[in-house]
Amino acid sequence: MIKVRVLVGTRKGAFILTSDENRMNWEVSGPHFSGWEIYHVNGSPVNPDRLYASQTSDWFGQVIQRSDDGGTTWEAVNNDFSYVGDPGTHLYYDDSQKPWAFKRVWNLQPSFTDPELVYAGVEDAALFVSKDGGQHWQELEGLRDVKGHMWQPGAGGLCLHTILLDPADPKRIYVAISAAGAFRSEDGGQTWAPINKGLRSDYELPDPGADVGHCVHSLAMHPSNPKVLFMQKHWDVLRSDDAGDMWHEVSGNLPSDFGFPIAVHAHEPETIYVVPIKSDSEHFPPDGKLRVYRSRSGGNQWEALTDGLPQQDCYVNVLRNALAMDTIKECGIYMGTSGGQVYVSADSGDHWETIVHNLPPVLSVEVQVIK
Amino acid sequence: MIQVVLPYHLQRLAGSGRIVELEVASPVTQRSILDALEARYPMLRGTVRNQKTGDRNAYVRFFACNEDYSLNSPDDPLPEAVVQGKEEFMIVGAMAGG
Repeated sequence: MIKVRVLVGTRKGAFILTSDENRMNWEVSGPHFSGWEIYHVNGSPVNPDRLYASQTSDWFGQVIQRSDDGGTTWEAVNNDFSYVGDPGTHLYYDDSQKPWAFKRVWNLQPSFTDPELVYAGVEDAALFVSKDGGQHWQELEGLRDVKGHMWQPGAGGLCLHTILLDPADPKRIYVAISAAGAFRSEDGGQTWAPINKGLRSDYELPDPGADVGHCVHSLAMHPSNPKVLFMQKHWDVLRSDDAGDMWHEVSGNLPSDFGFPIAVHAHEPETIYVVPIKSDSEHFPPDGKLRVYRSRSGGNQWEALTDGLPQQDCYVNVLRNALAMDTIKECGIYMGTSGGQVYVSADSGDHWETIVHNLPPVLSVEVQVIK
Repeated sequence: MIQVVLPYHLQRLAGSGRIVELEVASPVTQRSILDALEARYPMLRGTVRNQKTGDRNAYVRFFACNEDYSLNSPDDPLPEAVVQGKEEFMIVGAMAGG
């Protein structure tokens, strides 16, 4: 029997939503770590019962939790994210240079092959790796060599929020940082190159085509075609067909090309999803209508998916890590909002149901299919 | 025994009660109390003070005997009433956020 487990991080705790493959009847477990901000909960593709959670607080700092029973019990593991050497300074909002300082973990990405190997994307932006299930963390400091002094915080902070591991090549890693851009490593994270050619950030950067400084909001790839990347930038939706060497815009007929998440259908590598948001100064959907947009052509031609989603007076946001796909034959899509709703579509986005209505603001959504 | 009061979230994290009793070698200071606390409850490392520098987290305060010791040196001796276990050493989440 197939079980679906949705891992939800919110401003006030984690929640685990479970269902069978029909995805109609849901059990809700939580809040776990109540009162703490849970930026991300993610499971190992190798051992789905191995979960990692980023538990964070302005008062009490960062905790990393690990579960070996699918989230029933948890154990705090190491939370020492020390930068290698003197990390120096980065650009700040007022154009000054500010010392690098660890604040929180935004993203936890377990390896495709080893449940003990997990990557952590942090604020201030850096990538850490643990090879022992979170007992020790080591910074992959070569990333900061890519003009780290020119990176600057986006509105949410100077955060490394997206980690993509190439299932075909364990040495290839992509990350995205707000506001620095996208970066690629071909050697397991030791050295990095910016992959921002083709991005344009008019009115955001003095040089709109600079090689670093872009506010990339999220990246996505399909595991069967890992050289094709999709990007939701601050403004603009883009794709690359050469592992990020060059990008071109595919915003097409979207009502707004500002947004946070982007995701790829589990079985259709050219079917992608975004959630348009009106603007960077108005973090809510255009016209008060929550619409997921789907392109079946890898971009440019988009259709609105609205059935079951609120189509009036809706002013929630969907954050960058709050859109996820399951791998069931009829692909399921999961979306969490700043209003505390988690929606599911069990038919690739054609129809939507609400799993839970009133959670705290949702920061992240991941999904596991357990056989 | 030193009586240390933990804030709610750290009680939950440590799996402790509101008060933990700690054997702390003399001189009893903020640093020696936190050293003993973190040795007993390793999951609290980093939640009260920076693991590398030892600096107090910005939104954590230390109260004892109706006084705020947060800005004192971590190596200053604490009042005798705390040393004797007659008064609590309170780790408090700062009042912030409305």
